[in-house]
Amino acid sequence: MTNVNLGRRDVLKLAAGAALAAPAIARADGPRVLRFVPQANLSSLDAVAGTQYVVRNAATMVWETLYGVDSTFTAQPQMCEGHEVSADFKTWTFKLRPGLTFHDGSAVTTRDVLASLQRWMVRDTMGQVIHGRLDALEAIDDRSFRFRLNKPFTKMLFALGKSNAPMALIMPERIAKTDPFQLIKEYVGSGPMRFRADEWVPGSRAVFEQFAGYKPREEKADWLAGGRHMLFDRIEWQILPDPATAGAALQSGEVDWWELPIPDLVPLLKRNKDIVVDILDPLGNLGSLRMNHLYPPFNDPRARHALLMAVSQTDYMEAVCGGDDSLWQETASFFTPGTALFTEDGGGQLKGPRNYDAAKKLLAESGYNGEKVILMVATDISITKAEGDVTADVLGKIGMNVDYQALDWGTVGARRSKKDPPGKGGWNIFHTWHAGADCINPAAYTALDAGGAKAWFGWPNSPAVEEGIVAWYDAADAAAEKAAAAAINRAAFEDVVYIPTGFFRQYQAWRGNLTGVVKSPFPVFWGVQKT
Amino acid sequence: MWRYAGRRALSTIPVMAIVALFVFSLLYIAPGDPAAIIAGDQASAEDIARIHASLGLDRPFLVRFAEWLWDVARGDLGTSIFANLTVTHMIGQRVEPTLSLMALTLVFSIVVAVPLGVLAAAKAGSWIDRLVMLFAVLGFSVPVFVVGYVLAYVFALQLDWLPVQGYTPLSRGVWPWLSNLILPVLALGAIYIALIARITRASMLEVLGQDYIRTARAKGLGLAPILFLHALKNASVPIVTVIGLGVALLIGGAVVTESVFAIPGIGRLVVDAILRRDYPVIQGVTLMFSFLYVLVNLVVDVLYSLLDPRIRQ
Repeated sequence: MTNVNLGRRDVLKLAAGAALAAPAIARADGPRVLRFVPQANLSSLDAVAGTQYVVRNAATMVWETLYGVDSTFTAQPQMCEGHEVSADFKTWTFKLRPGLTFHDGSAVTTRDVLASLQRWMVRDTMGQVIHGRLDALEAIDDRSFRFRLNKPFTKMLFALGKSNAPMALIMPERIAKTDPFQLIKEYVGSGPMRFRADEWVPGSRAVFEQFAGYKPREEKADWLAGGRHMLFDRIEWQILPDPATAGAALQSGEVDWWELPIPDLVPLLKRNKDIVVDILDPLGNLGSLRMNHLYPPFNDPRARHALLMAVSQTDYMEAVCGGDDSLWQETASFFTPGTALFTEDGGGQLKGPRNYDAAKKLLAESGYNGEKVILMVATDISITKAEGDVTADVLGKIGMNVDYQALDWGTVGARRSKKDPPGKGGWNIFHTWHAGADCINPAAYTALDAGGAKAWFGWPNSPAVEEGIVAWYDAADAAAEKAAAAAINRAAFEDVVYIPTGFFRQYQAWRGNLTGVVKSPFPVFWGVQKT
Repeated sequence: MWRYAGRRALSTIPVMAIVALFVFSLLYIAPGDPAAIIAGDQASAEDIARIHASLGLDRPFLVRFAEWLWDVARGDLGTSIFANLTVTHMIGQRVEPTLSLMALTLVFSIVVAVPLGVLAAAKAGSWIDRLVMLFAVLGFSVPVFVVGYVLAYVFALQLDWLPVQGYTPLSRGVWPWLSNLILPVLALGAIYIALIARITRASMLEVLGQDYIRTARAKGLGLAPILFLHALKNASVPIVTVIGLGVALLIGGAVVTESVFAIPGIGRLVVDAILRRDYPVIQGVTLMFSFLYVLVNLVVDVLYSLLDPRIRQ
């Protein structure tokens, strides 16, 4: 007798695949309305207090920054007309461009800018560096202001214009005075779209409406830089938590753009001639195996190296991306492949055949004696689930006693911040991933920070990495930045800050009648139109 | 009668108080922290701790519980930690889709299941009976989401008769409203029809064996009046009980159905809130659902007394 196992995923495929054969009753509204299915629920809208990517993506429509990075990672003037900088990089003077207006009709002034920057500097890593060097942040008049620093800072424009959260978004002064650790309660920006708070149904729908008072720059749009010409009256974000429903809705034309189709459905979507499937984020993601450096066994570098020589990026990436080899590559680097600072210096131990015997020997030398290793796995996220399963297998192969704890991301997200011993509510290993856009340099790369107790979860302590980060901040030219990155990469592997589990990218899918969709690490809505 | 109803209504107050304590305690001991979700992946442990404190989550259990209970007593269910919208407002946004889904499912299920159960009992052992019971077994066995996908496959994707997902308010017209609800109601109704049909059949079989039914037949009364006027009324107490108990089943099923068909209802609201640890929303919605459930049981109790006056004594 043959057993037929019809799993949930098979049913998903069946349901979504059916749309290939038939038209559907409902179509997305006319060409002036875009219906977009974001990667996650938009549960809040403060990209300064929070660093969720989905919040950042929505915020780029509602708010603007003084500068904005383009596709070469160069910061270009956005809200600013321009700037002047002293020869010693200690005094930065900026002037706002005329005609900037908030959605409530009030003019953008330096009072709003200063309050916004003060709030941002508390939360952002680069902002904190600026704050540490700050003598004064002062208004000259309603349109001009300046930073006076006690130490040179060459990366000011990138800091003000980067796309990584927390972004230096400019809000009205009354809103910007909100405690940086509390969410704002009013969503008033000066960007090309107004947030319709009255139509917001968290978990279901968020609506953005074109702001008539917005005056785009004249330059061609390029990521966060240039003129943000909105060709839609309304952009409706529809939260569709069920991937089969989202896939079917896209195929039937009920929605126009799906930001994160699951790999299972991509082959079906690709076969639909009305749908375009492509990788839009060229910077992808870096998988991460994070160890707790505070407690045995991974407080001993030999135990961390044992794991480093046992794990296989191929195994991780095949588990994450399925059979689509075009989506991933191995990388012995903490930096994003294809970007200026990418280097594999010091990453040799992550390459080549895996050596379980050597790993076992090193583990024994570290003093490991069969103690439980708590592996927290967020099973509600396919990436962390896949990576967690691979890690459990590897740990078993090198003789570790694995305590596999299947949790949801909400629990992992909270528990990873606990510094308690693993047996008392703490942990030994968890998985996550970092957006490639955050790993192009040390600025927004909190996971690379190795300052011990103040570092990111796992609390690695590597003075050599910290020195490298300082060297990058102080680098005067590209060559010096590259040298600093190479030093950081070597030190990060030497001290095994974390283990990169590979570089992977993800598809997006949209209806063929959408034009102007560009490759970017975040969805760019300006310049897109529907025919 | 009214005294009986009043007595039963008063007995719901301690039940709701226990539910409130239970819900609050469970969330207090549950792992997870909304501060970690707000802070996002780039935040440090210190950032999370600051946000945690700013939300007032570091205060003692009793202080937080007393504050919440006082607010609830005044009709204030609190404010969402994430969206800064009041829980009452968020429930209000979503109550129409869920009530529409549940009410339509309930009506549809009763209208279909009771006659099916009566028919199966009247024709016990026949192919009609076996067919009804086969449907009942299938309705119980196949998960709601599978039924949902199959229905969407056939009626939305293949036949193109109905939309795949979403909800249209009743204010925009009866057909647009109904078109979005037909498939979810069919999916959610399957298990409920199965449940009610089985209980109706069993209850009817017991009643149909009574002497007074034989007497009615002997007097030459037609089959339909015997089944629906005499037998069904006396078989109705267990059926009403199951319909009441089934509301809990309906609430659970609505959560899944709302996700599969992307209906912005209360079921999805509470699932999202649980994933984010949005405590005020979870507490508010759970309390509301509990109240609804207690209310349904109250109505069932009152119905008992109408159907069988002996219960009042």
